Amino acid sequence: MQNRRVVVTGTGIVSAIGMNSADFWNSIVECRPGIGPYDSSFADQIRFKNGADIKNFDASNIISKDDRDLMDRFTQLAVVAAKEAVAHAGISFNEDNAYQTAVVCGTSIGGVHTQEQSYFDLYRENKTRVHPLSIPKTMPNGAASNISMQMGIKGPVYAISTACASSNHAIGNAFWLIRNGVCDQAICGGSETPFTYTFLKAWEAIRVVAPDTCRPFSKNRQGMILGEGSGMLVLESLDAAKKRGANILGEIVGFGMTSDASHITKPDQKGAEQAMMMAMKDGSVNASQIGYINAHGTGTLVNDTMEVAAVKNVFGDHANHLSISSTKSLHGHALGATSSFEAIATIMALKNGILPPTANFQEKDETCDIDIIPNASKEKNIQYAISNAFAFGGLNAVLAFKKWEG
Amino acid sequence: MSEAVFEKMATLLSSKKGINKELISIDSSFEELGLDSLDSIELIADLEEEFSVNIPNTELQGIKTIRQAVDGLSKAMQ
Repeated sequence: MQNRRVVVTGTGIVSAIGMNSADFWNSIVECRPGIGPYDSSFADQIRFKNGADIKNFDASNIISKDDRDLMDRFTQLAVVAAKEAVAHAGISFNEDNAYQTAVVCGTSIGGVHTQEQSYFDLYRENKTRVHPLSIPKTMPNGAASNISMQMGIKGPVYAISTACASSNHAIGNAFWLIRNGVCDQAICGGSETPFTYTFLKAWEAIRVVAPDTCRPFSKNRQGMILGEGSGMLVLESLDAAKKRGANILGEIVGFGMTSDASHITKPDQKGAEQAMMMAMKDGSVNASQIGYINAHGTGTLVNDTMEVAAVKNVFGDHANHLSISSTKSLHGHALGATSSFEAIATIMALKNGILPPTANFQEKDETCDIDIIPNASKEKNIQYAISNAFAFGGLNAVLAFKKWEG
Repeated sequence: MSEAVFEKMATLLSSKKGINKELISIDSSFEELGLDSLDSIELIADLEEEFSVNIPNTELQGIKTIRQAVDGLSKAMQ
């Protein structure tokens, strides 16, 4: 059977730079970062003070109270993003298509707010019991399961947890499910809510969070900035999308994934290179056709230097003719959700002919000597792009996209 | 004590689930009140906390009505 083409017909986003896809994209085009003091009562006990969290999140107009009671914050964000994506796609699910639809959601840590509350109740308050719904609210598949329940989707539904590559793995899996004929459509993406006291303390301890902001590829970069949110995409086979007259936003053409098998946190350049090459091979795309790379670009010294070196190795002389940027400088590093943001930014870049900027850039780093689109988006029509994710644990996942031209 | 348990139960159902207190009687079933199995577990857990008692899981799973819940909690308090 010939591989089916897979297109994106809807997107939904809840993030620090926009509570829907349109606002998210406008913030990117205008280079407006969502990084600032995060909202918590314990910020004075954490060394780093800035984040890209979501302020005053309220899903009460979108999810009923009874349903919200079953959901951790990370699930509520995912359901809100999924509902926007489905409305954007103009698709509905019924007995005719429910079993042909998948939900694949990435998350690094799942329902940590519920887990945190349980710890607080037991260890701090000396309570003898925790909330009776702590298990279904904490489980990492909570987002995927609740999306399927809210939408009536009955095909393959599962969660993927591969740290900061979770969403790319989720989108790539959904892409392959459709391309291989297992499903006709899918909701996929990721969700993460890392702003809990114990989790921020853990990030403080590992010493990779910047004290000020995220400056990818800048010589004076000091690390990453944590982000929060959810991004969801509706994918469909091209035939299914055309049959219902859907508005097509872009095409996913390739997916590559590798494991470094070397170090639990330090990235291995070879693994990153192989993942990029696999994604292009999977999509039958030549390196010379790639016009833009949405970088993993964490803003750590190690990642950014490694990533630029990997790009130069993979693309050779063409590396001087393409552009790279890290939108983490705008929406923060939302861990298991972050590559869902980046996939959507890449699709919108192809669609609109505008390449996202790397915000907060100050000083050129000779080890990152490549066009990183500093501080302002750039108008440029391109045909193909890739989006990189290189996670702790040495897990690499790269998606390849094509501009939709009808 | 049973009356106090019933009163607390009705108050919780009203505040947490938005059920009109006047519609809650000792003979109401959870199903009639629109409560599913997770709602009833949540309700009884709140009451266990309130009255500092534990209802065994095997008994909890058989509780389908307000009266059974009141009886179960009252028995646990003895």
